[in-house]
Amino acid sequence: MANALDPHAAIVTKAGGLDRQGTLRTADGRPLKAALARSSRRARRRAFFLVLPLLLFVLITFVLPIGQMLQRSVKNDGFSANMPQLTAWFHDNPRGTQPDDAAWAALAADLAAAAQARTIGVVGTRINYDMPGTRSLFTSAGRKARGGIDPPYRQAILDMDETWGDPKLWSVMRMAASPYTANFYLAAVDRTRDDQGQITAVPEQQQIYVKLFMRTFWLSLAITATTFLLGFPVAHLLATLPMRQSNLLMILVLLPFWTSLLVRTTSWIVLLQQQGVVNDMLVWLGLIGNGQRLQMIFNQTGTIIAMTHILLPFMILPLYSVMRTINPSYVRAARSLGATSWTAFRRIYFPQTLPGLGAGALLVFILAVGYYITPALVGGASGQLISNMIAMHMTQTLNWSMAAALAALLLAGVLILYWVYDRLVGIDNLKLG
Amino acid sequence: MKRTLILTSALVAIAATAQAQDKQVNLLSWGGAYGRSHVEAYVKPFEQQTGIKVQVSDADNPATPVKAQVEAGNVTIDVASVEYADAVRLCDEGLLEEFDPSILLPTADGTSAEDDFIEGAITECFVGTDVYSMILAYDDSKFPDAKPAGAADFFDTAKFPGKRTMRKGAKFNLEFALMADGVAADQVYEVLGTPEGVDQAFAKLETIKNDVIWWEAGAQPPQLLADGEVTMAFAFNGRIFNAAQQEGKPFNIVWDGQIYEMEGWVVPKGAPNPEAAKEFIAFSTAPEQQARAAEFISYGPPRTSAAALVGNIEGTDVPMGPNLPTYAANLENALASNLDFWVDHDAELQERFNAWLAN
Repeated sequence: MANALDPHAAIVTKAGGLDRQGTLRTADGRPLKAALARSSRRARRRAFFLVLPLLLFVLITFVLPIGQMLQRSVKNDGFSANMPQLTAWFHDNPRGTQPDDAAWAALAADLAAAAQARTIGVVGTRINYDMPGTRSLFTSAGRKARGGIDPPYRQAILDMDETWGDPKLWSVMRMAASPYTANFYLAAVDRTRDDQGQITAVPEQQQIYVKLFMRTFWLSLAITATTFLLGFPVAHLLATLPMRQSNLLMILVLLPFWTSLLVRTTSWIVLLQQQGVVNDMLVWLGLIGNGQRLQMIFNQTGTIIAMTHILLPFMILPLYSVMRTINPSYVRAARSLGATSWTAFRRIYFPQTLPGLGAGALLVFILAVGYYITPALVGGASGQLISNMIAMHMTQTLNWSMAAALAALLLAGVLILYWVYDRLVGIDNLKLG
Repeated sequence: MKRTLILTSALVAIAATAQAQDKQVNLLSWGGAYGRSHVEAYVKPFEQQTGIKVQVSDADNPATPVKAQVEAGNVTIDVASVEYADAVRLCDEGLLEEFDPSILLPTADGTSAEDDFIEGAITECFVGTDVYSMILAYDDSKFPDAKPAGAADFFDTAKFPGKRTMRKGAKFNLEFALMADGVAADQVYEVLGTPEGVDQAFAKLETIKNDVIWWEAGAQPPQLLADGEVTMAFAFNGRIFNAAQQEGKPFNIVWDGQIYEMEGWVVPKGAPNPEAAKEFIAFSTAPEQQARAAEFISYGPPRTSAAALVGNIEGTDVPMGPNLPTYAANLENALASNLDFWVDHDAELQERFNAWLAN
C-alpha cells in the first residue's frame, strides 16, 4: 500500500487520509472503496431507471405473452378443471383399472355439472384433440344430461352412445385428467399415443409436421443462399461505387424494402403466373410454345423467388455496411505481392466480409423460418411452411395448444442453429454496421 | 345564478354523455363488401332510428378476437358477426351469452320469428343474418360450346380443360368431391362419416390434384379467373357475383351442388352493452333489414319472409333475387353444410388434407 514517501499518498492524507489500519478514506471519513462502489452503484441505478420503461415494455409485450403461449403447449386444463370428480377417480385408481360404478357415477355427475356450467364444449374440445370425433359425444351427452342423469349410471350413459364404453376413450380421458401433457408436442412430431398409452407414429396419410419442419429449414437455407449469391455483388458494388451512383443504387435496394409486403407478393403473382408477364414474354420470344407455359408460382419455386426478393435487403444492408469499412489497400497489397485476383478475393477480401455475411445470413434465415403470408399466397401446395400450420391452428381450428407446441419447436430449432452458429463462427463476429 | 346555470348544464352534459356512452354498440364485422352491407343495411338505419351509436370495427375472422377477449376477461365487443361453425364452437365453450329468441321481431303478418327463420338459423347463442355458399363458377368465354353444369364437370378436365381453383382446406372440398363422384346431396355426410367415404373423397380430389391452384383469401378466385389462370373456380358466391356484376366479367355461377352455410350475430360473454346489443340484433334481423342487406351483397336472408322483399341490386335495376343462394330454384340440388360433422372432424380432416396436400 501507500508509504510515507509516496507523493500521492501525501495528498490523500491531507484530504481524508490513511487511518491507522492503512485504509484509504475520503474527506468525510468513509473508506474510499465503499464510496466509489456507492457512487458507481448510484450511476448504475440511474442507468437502470432509464432503461426500465423499455424493460417493462419488452416484458409486458414480449416475454409474458410468449411465455403464456409456450405454457399453453404443455398445459391444457380443459378436462381436468371441468370434470373434477372423474379427474379425482383417475388419480385414485391406477392405469388399467376398469371403470367401476364410482367412475360412471363421477362421469354422470361431471357431465351434468359441465352441461349446467356450459363448459362441456371445452371438455369435448380437449378430448377431441387426442381422439377425433368425440367432441359431439360430449356436447350431445351434455344436452341430455342437463337435467341430471339417473342411476344406474353406466347403463344410462351407454344408452346415450355406445362409444362411452370404448377403452380408448377412457385412456384418453385418463391422460387429459392431468392438466399438463406432452401430447401436443407428440402431435407436433407426428406421434400419438395408442390405447395403452404407448407412443406410436400417426397413420402415414396424416403425417405432416416433421416433413414441414424439414421443408421449412431446407427452403430457408435455400433462400439464405440465393440472397447471398444475389446480394453479395450488389453490396460490393454499393460499397465501391462513387457516392453519387451508390446512393442511387441504394434507393433501388431500399425502395422495395419500403413497399408493402402484400403488394410485392401480389406483383410476383402477376409476373410469374402462367398467363403472366414472364410467360407471355417467353411465348412471344418463341422460347416456349403456348401450351408449355411454365409453372413458376403456386409451388416451391414461387416461394423461393418471392421470399428471396423480399428478404434481399436484409442480406445486402449488413454486407454493405461491413464492406464499406474494408480498406481497399489490403487487396492492392495482396495483388502487388503476386496474388491473382481470385486469390486476393478469396484470402483477403472475403474473410473480411464474414461478419456482415454472418449477420445477414442469420437475419434472413430466421425471418424466413417464420415467414407466413408470402408462402400462403404464392406457395401453392408444395411451398407451404410450418408457419402456415401454426396460423391455421391459431385462426381456423382454434387449437392454440397445438399452435404453441409447433411454435415452441420452431423456436427451439432456431435457438439450436443460433448456438451452432455461435460455436462455428462466433456471435462476437456478428456485425450489423 | 349564472354560475348555477353553468354548473347545471355541465352536469346535464355529463349525464347526457354518460347516457350516450351507455347506449352504444361495439360491432365487430369482416370489412370489405360484406362489412359494407352491415353498415348500410343495419348500422346506419339503426343509428337513425334509435340514436344509439354503433362503433364498427373489422377483423379477418371475428371469432378469433372474441375467443381471445373472453378468455382474457377484457371484452369490448358487444355483437360479432361469425360463421355458424365458430358460433357453435364458441357457444359450447361457454364464451358466448345465451340468446333469447323472444327479442326477435315477428313479420308484418304476425308470423313469429322462430317460424320465419329457416331451420337451424336460431341456436342457443346465435341468430343467422345471411346465407352464403360455395359454388362452381366458370369463365364463360373459355367454354364456348358445352357449359359445365355441376360438380362432376369440375372434376372432368378432359371435357372441360384448364386449371381449377379450390379453397385450401378440407371443408367444402370433400363434400364437393363426393357429390362429383355421384353421391347424392342428402347422403354426403353419411358417406363422409365413414373412413371409406373419406378415402373416396380424397381419391376424387387426387384426380385433379395437379390441376388445382389452392386459394386462401376470398379475393383470389375472381382474380385467378380474370387473369385466365384458371377456367373454373369453387368459391364463395358473393365474390364471384361482385366480379361479374360490378366489373362485368363473364363469370357464370352453377348453383347445382352448391354448399351453403350461415353467418350471424353472437354476443360475447361479458359484453359491455348487452341491452343495446339486443336492440341492435332485434333491429337488424327484421325482414326489411335482412332484405336490404341482400341488395348489397349476394348473400341470402335466412328469413323466408325476407326473400320477397329483396329488391334490385344496389345502384342498378337488376333484381337481386335469382343471385341469392336461398332463391328457390338455386336450392334444388343444394347441400346444407353440416356443422355438427365439421365441429367433430375439422381438426382431423384438416390435418389429413394438409398432409395430402404436402405429399
